[in-house]
Amino acid sequence: MMSEQNTVTHNKATGKPVPDTAPLAESDYAILTRGMSKVFGDKPAVSDLNLSIPKGSIYGFLGPNGCGKSTSIRMLTGLLRPSAGEITVLGETLPGSEEHLRRRIGYMTQKFSLYDNLTVKENLHFVSQIFGLKRKAAKERIDQLLTVYDLTGQHKQMAGSMSGGQKQRLALAAATLHKPELLFLDEPTSAVDPENRREFWERLFDLSNAGTTILVSTHYMDEAERCHGLAILENGIKRADGSPEQLMDNMGAVVIEVSGNDLRNLKNHLTEKEEVISAAQIGTRLRVLVRQELSDPEHWLSQQVGQRQLNRVHPSLEDVFVSCTGGRHVG
Amino acid sequence: MSDNQMIQPLTGTFSRITAILWKELRQLSRDRMTFGMIVMIPLVQLMLFGFAINTDARNLPAGIVDKSNTQASRALIQATEATQVVRFTQVYQDLQQAEAAITAGKVKAVLYLPPDLSSRLTQHPASGAQNPSPQPIGQWLVDGSDTVVAASIKGLRQMPLSQIEDLPQIPATTATATADTFAVALYFNPEQRSVVNIIPGLLGVILTMTMVLFTSAAIVREREQGNMEFLITTPVKPLELMLGKIAPYVLVGFIQTGLILTAGRLLFDLPIRGNLFDLAGAAMLFICASLTLGLVISTIAKTQLQAMQMTVFILLPSILLSGFMFPYEAMPETAQWIAEALPATHFMRMSRGIILRDAGVLDLQPDALWLLGFTAVGLLVASRRFSKHLD
Repeated sequence: MMSEQNTVTHNKATGKPVPDTAPLAESDYAILTRGMSKVFGDKPAVSDLNLSIPKGSIYGFLGPNGCGKSTSIRMLTGLLRPSAGEITVLGETLPGSEEHLRRRIGYMTQKFSLYDNLTVKENLHFVSQIFGLKRKAAKERIDQLLTVYDLTGQHKQMAGSMSGGQKQRLALAAATLHKPELLFLDEPTSAVDPENRREFWERLFDLSNAGTTILVSTHYMDEAERCHGLAILENGIKRADGSPEQLMDNMGAVVIEVSGNDLRNLKNHLTEKEEVISAAQIGTRLRVLVRQELSDPEHWLSQQVGQRQLNRVHPSLEDVFVSCTGGRHVG
Repeated sequence: MSDNQMIQPLTGTFSRITAILWKELRQLSRDRMTFGMIVMIPLVQLMLFGFAINTDARNLPAGIVDKSNTQASRALIQATEATQVVRFTQVYQDLQQAEAAITAGKVKAVLYLPPDLSSRLTQHPASGAQNPSPQPIGQWLVDGSDTVVAASIKGLRQMPLSQIEDLPQIPATTATATADTFAVALYFNPEQRSVVNIIPGLLGVILTMTMVLFTSAAIVREREQGNMEFLITTPVKPLELMLGKIAPYVLVGFIQTGLILTAGRLLFDLPIRGNLFDLAGAAMLFICASLTLGLVISTIAKTQLQAMQMTVFILLPSILLSGFMFPYEAMPETAQWIAEALPATHFMRMSRGIILRDAGVLDLQPDALWLLGFTAVGLLVASRRFSKHLD
């Protein structure tokens, strides 16, 4: 690991994910997995997952419910033991060094996991004691967190009586209290309104800026788009990965919007075609994903739609998701 | 990281145990239902069980002091044993030894046969003597704290002598039982009030109920409410979690013990003959044993309902077999084995011994050691069973 360090000195400083062309040393990755798999009974939950997540980046797991996001995060936090594969988190091998890792990672569970019948401050104080912070250091850290996460006014409120957004900020404060190097967030914004979600992501970028690596799972496209890197999961299998831009550029399909009459029938007609990955109605337009292998997808589609108007558009992350998963979850 | 200085590794364990302890206490103080139960269960049960529960006892362990040591005395002992009420397991040289054995709970009763047994026999009205004397021929010394035992021995008071072989010429036809065969001296509870025996036993039942119930839900609750997934990603160790979880309930146990004894004293005139420190020590051992039993349940049960059902599974034999309802000695052997495994049985012996017979912890050493061992093994099993993994 030491010998390779000279080639990658700039990566750490920027805190940004590096392009695939720049080789990274093993020590520059927060998470490395090879063939990580988990089987429950005879049902595979995660299959052969390879991940290389650089330090300092915000990495997303995008996928529908039950695609293996939570199971993967639980394996990476040492809560579940993998059925097969190798896992290295912050340079430590799992399973084996869970206890040592627990001081270096933070984990915000999908369900609120602090105590409803303790106040905001009591919850944070409890966490600080569990992590062995000294009284004075704990007090300073808690006051700091209450300010950063805008909970000063609520510090005497019972956690159970707070709104979704407040609970989520408290959970993030608790997960970052011991200043972890690596933070896992399992669908952190599923119970939060859009405005709180935006605020929440501001805090995540603050943490990222301070050097924390963040792994976040989501089923929201807009949230996934904010990540530096992304893995699209379906049925426990990684369908694609890369930065959102890379994914959109290399998605293997052309996105064409069709406007005109009788879009419902057209949609049924198009989805039967081999060449069409998916067709989804968006307001008065039909968004059609046509396979890139065709020599001229636009010309091919114009033959199918009769008098209706065609308009080639830039792909969105949702298009990437749909093309990766074969349109099985949308449309 | 530069912040590692603010983490103190050596006192970490202590810090984590206190963290969990304080969290539990705070949560407990806000859980009005549980808080109410801590106070109400002992008081309500005490009222309910203030009524006596009686039954016949058989094969009570008894001792013998035979000062006569004649053929007649041996025949009398055999005849007494044939009633199956008592089983003579010990022989004592004098009354002092016998009384000490009763205090220590080794035997429930001692039969004293005086040196002039033979002459008392011939003068007994039942033998058809010319100048009958109403003197009994022997005396029972009885641990009266258990009213069931006392009642059974009292039943022997008029044991007929006519059918006993080897006794000097008793013509069966003239035998009129106008005088007692034995005199009975009740120790510790001369008025024969059941409640005096019930309250120390009830102490054991109530503590079993509340201690096992509260802790059996402790770990399961955290799992059901989702707190566990966070807790196990922190550096807390299983044994730290277990100790922090049971510590607050030790206090709860002592509050209940105090409540029961105070209410017992005020409402039922319960005498507390033994040393309060001995009693506190016994209570401490039993509370810890019950709490760890609850913890073990907590690591097995998947839901709070399951934990509740398992608690009842423990509670029923603790009420029925521990000696609370029926004298331990009167139970069949299999039931006694099961009873031996229950912490309540051992505590029942200790609490009755200390409260009613002024026994010391030294007299009750085996029970104390057993509870101590149970706690240690229970803690070990619970923390080994508790996994910081989800699979």
